[in-house]
Amino acid sequence: MIELLRRFGGKFRRYMVIGPACKLIEVIFDLLTPLVIAQMIDKGIGAHDVNAVIHYGMLLAAMAVIGISFTLVCQKMAALTSQGMGTDIRGALYEHINKLSYAELDRFGTPSLITRITNDVNQVQLAVALGVRMLIRWPFLAVGSMCAALAIDLKLGMIFLICTPAIGLVFWFVMARCIPYYKQLQAKLDRIALICREGLSGTRVVRAFVREDHERERFAQAADDQAHTAIAVGKLSSILNPVTFLVMNLGVCAILWVGGIQVNVGELTQGQVMAFVNYMTQTLTSIVYVANLVVVFTKASASASRVNEVLNCVPSITDENNEPVALPQAPATDVDAPVPALSLSHASFSFGAGAANAVNDVTLELPLGKTLGIIGGTGSGKSTLVSLIPRLYDAGTGSVSVMGADVRTWPLDQLRRVVATVPQRASLVSGTIRSNLTWRDEAATDEDLWAALDMAQASEFVRNKPKGLDAPVEAGGKNFSGGQRQRLTIARALVGSPQILIMDDSASALDFKTDAALRHAIRERSMRGAAEGGLPLTTVIVSQRVSTVRDADMICVLDHGSVAGLGTHDELYATCQLYREICQSQLRREELEGQQGSAVPALAPSPVPAPGAPTAPASVCAKEGC
Amino acid sequence: MNPYTSSGSVATMTANVSGNDNLNDLGDGPRQPGDPERYPVGAVTRRLMGYVRPHRISFTASFVSAAISVILQLYTPILIGEGIDLIVATGQVDFDALLPLVTKLALVVVGAAAFQWLQGYCVNRLSYETVRDMRVEASDKLSRMPLSFIDSHAHGDLMGRVVNDVDQVGDGLLQGFTQLFTGVITIVGTLAFMLSINLTMTLVVVLVTPLSIFAAGAIAKLSNKSFTAQQRIQGQLGGHIEEYVGEQKLVDAFAYGPNAQQRFDALNAELYIAGERAQFMGSLSNPGTRFINNIIYAVVAVIGCVGVITGVPAALTVGGVQIFLSYANQYTKPFNEVTNVITQIQTAYASARRMFALLDAREQEPDAPDAVELAAPQGEVTFAHVDFSYVPDRRLLQDICIEAKPGMRFALVGPTGCGKTTLINLLLRFYDIDAGRIAVDGRSSRDYTRASLRRAFGMVLQDTWLFEGTVADNIAYGCPGATREQVVEAAKRAHAHKFIVQLPGGYDTVIGEDGGTFSQGQKQLLCIARVMLTDPAILLLDEATSSIDTRTELQVQAAFDELMAGRTSFVVAHRLSTIRNADCILVMRDGQIIERGTHDELLAAGGFYAELYRSQFAQ
Repeated sequence: MIELLRRFGGKFRRYMVIGPACKLIEVIFDLLTPLVIAQMIDKGIGAHDVNAVIHYGMLLAAMAVIGISFTLVCQKMAALTSQGMGTDIRGALYEHINKLSYAELDRFGTPSLITRITNDVNQVQLAVALGVRMLIRWPFLAVGSMCAALAIDLKLGMIFLICTPAIGLVFWFVMARCIPYYKQLQAKLDRIALICREGLSGTRVVRAFVREDHERERFAQAADDQAHTAIAVGKLSSILNPVTFLVMNLGVCAILWVGGIQVNVGELTQGQVMAFVNYMTQTLTSIVYVANLVVVFTKASASASRVNEVLNCVPSITDENNEPVALPQAPATDVDAPVPALSLSHASFSFGAGAANAVNDVTLELPLGKTLGIIGGTGSGKSTLVSLIPRLYDAGTGSVSVMGADVRTWPLDQLRRVVATVPQRASLVSGTIRSNLTWRDEAATDEDLWAALDMAQASEFVRNKPKGLDAPVEAGGKNFSGGQRQRLTIARALVGSPQILIMDDSASALDFKTDAALRHAIRERSMRGAAEGGLPLTTVIVSQRVSTVRDADMICVLDHGSVAGLGTHDELYATCQLYREICQSQLRREELEGQQGSAVPALAPSPVPAPGAPTAPASVCAKEGC
Repeated sequence: MNPYTSSGSVATMTANVSGNDNLNDLGDGPRQPGDPERYPVGAVTRRLMGYVRPHRISFTASFVSAAISVILQLYTPILIGEGIDLIVATGQVDFDALLPLVTKLALVVVGAAAFQWLQGYCVNRLSYETVRDMRVEASDKLSRMPLSFIDSHAHGDLMGRVVNDVDQVGDGLLQGFTQLFTGVITIVGTLAFMLSINLTMTLVVVLVTPLSIFAAGAIAKLSNKSFTAQQRIQGQLGGHIEEYVGEQKLVDAFAYGPNAQQRFDALNAELYIAGERAQFMGSLSNPGTRFINNIIYAVVAVIGCVGVITGVPAALTVGGVQIFLSYANQYTKPFNEVTNVITQIQTAYASARRMFALLDAREQEPDAPDAVELAAPQGEVTFAHVDFSYVPDRRLLQDICIEAKPGMRFALVGPTGCGKTTLINLLLRFYDIDAGRIAVDGRSSRDYTRASLRRAFGMVLQDTWLFEGTVADNIAYGCPGATREQVVEAAKRAHAHKFIVQLPGGYDTVIGEDGGTFSQGQKQLLCIARVMLTDPAILLLDEATSSIDTRTELQVQAAFDELMAGRTSFVVAHRLSTIRNADCILVMRDGQIIERGTHDELLAAGGFYAELYRSQFAQ
């Protein structure tokens, strides 16, 4: 909390002084009120002076008016400070999140980041507001009342010195015990929700296995557990109010008795005893508020440290001082340009120290304008491998180069404009089709957009929308089907003429025909790009479908992060057992037969390499048995 | 689009179900769920009282102790005032009267505190126990609802009823009612006590205090508008954050950060203006009422003191002034509380209505009274002229006839929405057929108890379902008494053993919500192991479409083969090998079986199947 105040409070220092100062005036008046009443009673009633009574009454009213005027100033200051700081923190946090790289995003997790920038900032904001408004008021009122009482009479004041800490202790005791309970309670409620959700999503399974009773029992147990904890907390927390009331009024008893003795000997007046009673009430109400403030600040300081954790997190990938990379000159005639579009050299990556390598010692080189297909099972590291290319993760060892330059020397902005990604999960943001398509190039013309849509096989359904490019897109693209969404995300990557296109399993929701048409369009574009004197489009396609990658110039078969095979379809089919297994589970027999020129039992459990299968010297197959 | 490639059998089915209003709807047609007309206040209250009845001791105790505590609390200012009157001036203190009075005060205070605690405790107990009862009842209810109900309602909504609405009822109604009760007693009690002392002063207090209530109301009205504006912008900003931070990786990959930041900053600036305003307005209410209270305090003090001196407008003692001052101070509080509680109670009634709507929904038909147990099933299944529709006017299955001898393997093939998964629903009696007959081992499936019928089947859906628990628990789900050896054996046969032992905790690894970090294929292997363990006579399998990775897919395929050996099986097929190995392929289209036969027969026939086959497996 202090750290946040230091970082963001400077601008508001003035407000933070003026506000509480104004509040102090109201508090002082509040403190004086019992004294004025005491005067009213002693001077007015004691002397039978109605004028004096009215005089003091006017004084009370004047104090009220002045008090509220100052308070208004304080409230304004509080609003300005807290909202201003909240806005600044939120802005800074968002800016920082934008700087974080994948590694940090993975570490925090998206839901946690969202909570931090919304709830946690709000919590801090609230604490700042209450701090300006109340941090002075209640403690000062509590202490002030006590001091005032002590000033009137030391002996009676002793009662305060006993009662106040007593209440404080009770609060500390009860709250310290309740807070861990509250956490438990929330966890138990979450569990109830979880069981309920599981029960609903798994209705068919539960019923098919005839385990309704088990689920019922599980739910009832969780509900009962939650109720027990709630009642236990309730038992504890319902002590607070009665005990406060008790201590306060027992204090009053004592005041009456001791006050009686003091008045009898002439040490005190009746009005002063009354003032004592009122101060007692005021002190103890103040303590209740102070306790509430403590709760707010405790929560806020937890929130503040969560916010700070993000703000202090240093992004692992930066591009400071990186000079823009000069793209290779268009090798319109010479397709086998000396500079490869993409090259990985012994690149490895793991998600954490000690974790197995998600990408393990991958070396490959892809010439400009060529297509690389990456195939492999889930968890084989395909997505991770391609995210090294736009430097979303940094390779732990080895290096990744794009257009001949190590990605670590590129300005991130430029690199990610050169390399366009179609992510695995097709997601759009709310807005219009146009606003989604122009992510890579704000200035793209309609013509550019339609060209991209054409290539992505998406122009037909966009054209059918009444508003065309300006058709609304709901959050997440919910108002489009999976296949439509996928094609839009492909179009999005194609806008702004990327030099390298990465499609991370992004045609999975497309049927075979559309998939093929898409690949054809991309190839055509690549060739046209080269023909027009630009750079040909280099493509990396990640897929689990053989049909999607089989025509690629080079196919990389990944298995547990390592390259199990690298070569063309024919080469791999001949030499890489894993690749062959994949093919056999997906392609029809005729296709395989046609390919091999000999009968391969398509569905045999462990196929033997066909005799006389062509062996390709260029293919690399690192896997044993290949 | 190729009908084969779109995934999601349940989604298909739900799509078939939704969009109708004749089902057992929570809202009953066009009316909203929890329609006040269907559940008038009186009825809701009566029904809630039904839940309170088992806890009537807590209920009564809480009300009685609330009443006692409030009255004792209100009595204290009077005693204090009387005490002050006994302390007049030097030498004029009546200790003989003061001692019993102080003792009395102490007793009253202790009593008030004790009853206040008792009341708090009882209300808590009452509300949490009632909440638990309602929750368990609502959850039980869900387990008795027909599948059609669960498919056609958003799970979030149903969960909301079981979790949040029930909480609202507990908080709002039970706690709200006691608060309301306390508030009313406080108001009435204060009035009575004041009247017992002095009529004129009572009138003064009663006439001036509403001022503060009005002030609070006026400020609330003023600030409400700015709060609405603030909430609107906060919602927009929240939406932006949800979307863009939610897609932060995408934003990164596209270097879109600066643009997103621009939009964020604009909204953030807007929020600053609205938020500052709303907060300022909102923060006026406390000082505002405090100000009015201070004025009232001054007025009561002056009038009271004048009364002490002159006897006009009321003859009072100094202690009397003190009494009225403290009553004036606390008289307004219950009014504000009551207003707050009333809105809370209104929300709670809405929640109660939503919950009752769920509890009143029509349950699935119970088993026939003379239903028999399906013991030792052989695996013979017959569909005879089965008709079925999810929605009366949208017929889905028509005249389905299938005869499955024990051990036969059927592949169901056809475009999305043609009714393949519906067959599974019907076999397990998740839904009941409209016409015709489904027989298992020669007897109508309706003649069996649902439980015994379902035990005859093993089902693996492509939407795998694992619950939060250990791997072993998940495998043993259908067979709770299974030993570890049996579980391991099943896992081995399902080709899942290998990856399970590689997990950090092996078979005791806890699976997180939604299957945690397992891949789709691994989840499916676990589900297969689960069925393997129950050793059913008939299998219903729904092959995954494209989402499984190839390597695991091979294992899944092998596991499926192992599972199907010797069992009657119905497979919603997506894989060529499954289709080709089937004893009979049932080609479905628009709810009818249009072709049947083996792969070669059907290809030779050159019909719909041949066409589908080419579009799927050829390029």
